[in-house]
Amino acid sequence: MELDHYDPGAFYDEMFESRGATRPETTLLAQRLRSLADAEVRARQTAAERALLARGITFNVYGSDAGTEKIFPFDLIPRVVPSGDWRTIERGLKQRVHALNLFIGDIYNKGRILDAGVVPRSLIESAKGYLRPCQGILPARDVYCHIVGTDLVRDRDGQFYVLEDNLRCPSGVSYVLENRRVMKRTFPQVFDQLKVRPVDAYPSKLLETLQSLSRASSPTVVVLTPGIYNSAYFEHSFLAQQMGVELVEGRDLVVRDGRVHMRTTRGLMPVDVIYRRMDDTFIDPVELRRDSMLGVPGLLDVYRHGRVALANAPGTGVADDKVIYTYVPQIIEYYLGEKAILPNVPTYRCEDPKALQYVLDHTDELVIKAANESGGYGMLIGPHASSAEVAEFREKVRANPREYIAQPMLALSRVPTISDEGLAGRHVDLRPYVLYGEDIYVLPGGLTRVALRPGSMVVNSSQGGGSKDTWVLAEEGSC
Amino acid sequence: MLSRVADAIYWMNRYVERAENVARFVDVNLHLALDFPEAHSEWEPLIATTGDASAYRERYGAATRDDVIRFLTFDRDNPNSICMCLSKARENARTMREFISSEVWEQVNRAYWMVTEASKSGAALDSPHDFFTNVKQASHLFVGTMYLTMTHNEGWHFGRLGRLLERADKTSRILDVKSHMVEPGREDVPTPSDELHWSALLRSASAFEMYRKAFGNVVPAKVIEFLLLDDRFPRSVLYCLKKSERSLHAITGTQSGRWTNRAERELGRLNAELAYAEMKEVLARGLHRFIDDLQLRMNHVNDSIAETFFAVAAHDEGRPRTLPPLSRAE
Repeated sequence: MELDHYDPGAFYDEMFESRGATRPETTLLAQRLRSLADAEVRARQTAAERALLARGITFNVYGSDAGTEKIFPFDLIPRVVPSGDWRTIERGLKQRVHALNLFIGDIYNKGRILDAGVVPRSLIESAKGYLRPCQGILPARDVYCHIVGTDLVRDRDGQFYVLEDNLRCPSGVSYVLENRRVMKRTFPQVFDQLKVRPVDAYPSKLLETLQSLSRASSPTVVVLTPGIYNSAYFEHSFLAQQMGVELVEGRDLVVRDGRVHMRTTRGLMPVDVIYRRMDDTFIDPVELRRDSMLGVPGLLDVYRHGRVALANAPGTGVADDKVIYTYVPQIIEYYLGEKAILPNVPTYRCEDPKALQYVLDHTDELVIKAANESGGYGMLIGPHASSAEVAEFREKVRANPREYIAQPMLALSRVPTISDEGLAGRHVDLRPYVLYGEDIYVLPGGLTRVALRPGSMVVNSSQGGGSKDTWVLAEEGSC
Repeated sequence: MLSRVADAIYWMNRYVERAENVARFVDVNLHLALDFPEAHSEWEPLIATTGDASAYRERYGAATRDDVIRFLTFDRDNPNSICMCLSKARENARTMREFISSEVWEQVNRAYWMVTEASKSGAALDSPHDFFTNVKQASHLFVGTMYLTMTHNEGWHFGRLGRLLERADKTSRILDVKSHMVEPGREDVPTPSDELHWSALLRSASAFEMYRKAFGNVVPAKVIEFLLLDDRFPRSVLYCLKKSERSLHAITGTQSGRWTNRAERELGRLNAELAYAEMKEVLARGLHRFIDDLQLRMNHVNDSIAETFFAVAAHDEGRPRTLPPLSRAE
């Protein structure tokens, strides 16, 4: 495979320092790739895609009729994370999740950080993810966010930034496990001697985390899914299967005598822990969204009385509000007395009049995001947008500044990717997964999403993104 | 286990079995048609076997080779076409991927894609025998994979129950199509063309070779006896119902010979009657009437199973069975 003509461009390239010169950590991988014939790489790429389809590793695309089931495009060239970078990421994520968890517990109880004026009270009360019915609830071990998938990006200077925290129900971890599996199956020779850290422990760690939320000696854990039409249904069933627990829909559960039960062929059976993979506002039509057909009437009250555990706790979405995100460095400092190890992307809060003016004057240079949207929806990439789109967004921001933030256009790092014109640089992000049960665990790996369209920086699966296997390398001297 | 999952594994198995049966009798009929090239009407009974004759006539009119194959194989508006059976088997499998083994899921998924590809490429009409062989093998692989990669627990038994009840139903329907040839009073001396038909019927149930070993010459009454009352041939009605009863008892833990719910009682009674039936009686009563009654009672068993084990999920405050997505992937 030809690597010498690969152009790293004016970006941070995860494999090359400059044209023809690999980074020390990727030299061995590059050697392996060079020794492979192009035709062979293409054949293996096809084989990998066929394997994903055969295993039914697909996601559903909303609003598209033709073949709603698609495989998440997979690129064979892995993304390497050197052990030194990983050490910083791991420490930074532990610190961040620790602080965010204290923050959520605080705002749903005493509200000390609000009294201290570090985070404005009005901001919390106006956040869409803030659930008033959860006020005063104390979950097991005081842990609210058990499963977190933080989005990181690397800028031109090589620095990692936190883009989003994703404390509700982050998806994608099944692709981390399945990509690795497909990679090992179709491309075994590239692994040799590279000391890639395994990711297989995730389902066991997840199960331990969920079990730790109940005092029962062998708690009954279930995964709650909205059903087969949900875009992440494959992942819901995959995780339930890998943990060996039941996958339930709302209609399989019922509240009786102060407990949650599932309907089985032998009658009702009590449930201790629910890993909910639906938006928290849908889990209980009695206290939350009344129009929810997916939830379980009375669930929240059972939870309030500590007779069922929910992961993640309802109400964690408050910290996913992109305006509240801007306060995370202060939140870390307030609770832990430490500086944030992983910085935020510099962000303008449009509710601040000065910032608003700047954003309105520079809309075409900035990335503007709705505070409560995700999945690449409700977003304007100024430099790539038409002037009509820019004008439209200006109006939206002016009408409702609280609901918008703006960030400078980052130059996301790139990884060599197989394209029609041979190997080409494509932009990537990185989503590591963090579990918080008895302690905080960071899976040594993550989902590398790649924008497959040339020049695009939007990596979401719903917007033409694909994924790559992510290789976190073991420390030197370890194995 | 969850009632919903029990329901799904039961139906996944029924649908795969149904697809295999359709493939088998279309394939046999193709061979037979080569021996009777002028007899167009031979395609008619095929549609009767799957119980969709009126739906067919409405859409296609006369029963011709290509139309019948299309209708039974790829027609997405025919709920019993091979394509739709495998599609529904796969939908059921998707709702319980965590419950079945990955191997079982992959097998159902692969079978679905094989048929989908064949419907696009036209392979089924170009080389139908290869295509139908693939469908049969996909089903056999499915059964073997279920057997070898899943614990033989409650869920597995619900699967086997569905598969065997489906098979018993299909074997009885294959027989029913020929029932007019053995009406009481008709000469019981087969003509050479009768023999071809009865041999074809045995082949439709993959029973020809095994029948030969048991009885030698192809004699209608013996063929009927073999397919209805043999207790060791895996496609005979009695064999299927006996094994179904065992699975049912494995699920409930009820001792054999006793019953604790309607499904057990109905299936047990039906089995006892078949086990002690004589061919003389069957023929005296009229094969068609006998089979009609048999099918009615097998349908009751199916309904009782649903009521006893799946109903907790089905009658759930009138909610629709599937719902649109509400949370987006982050």
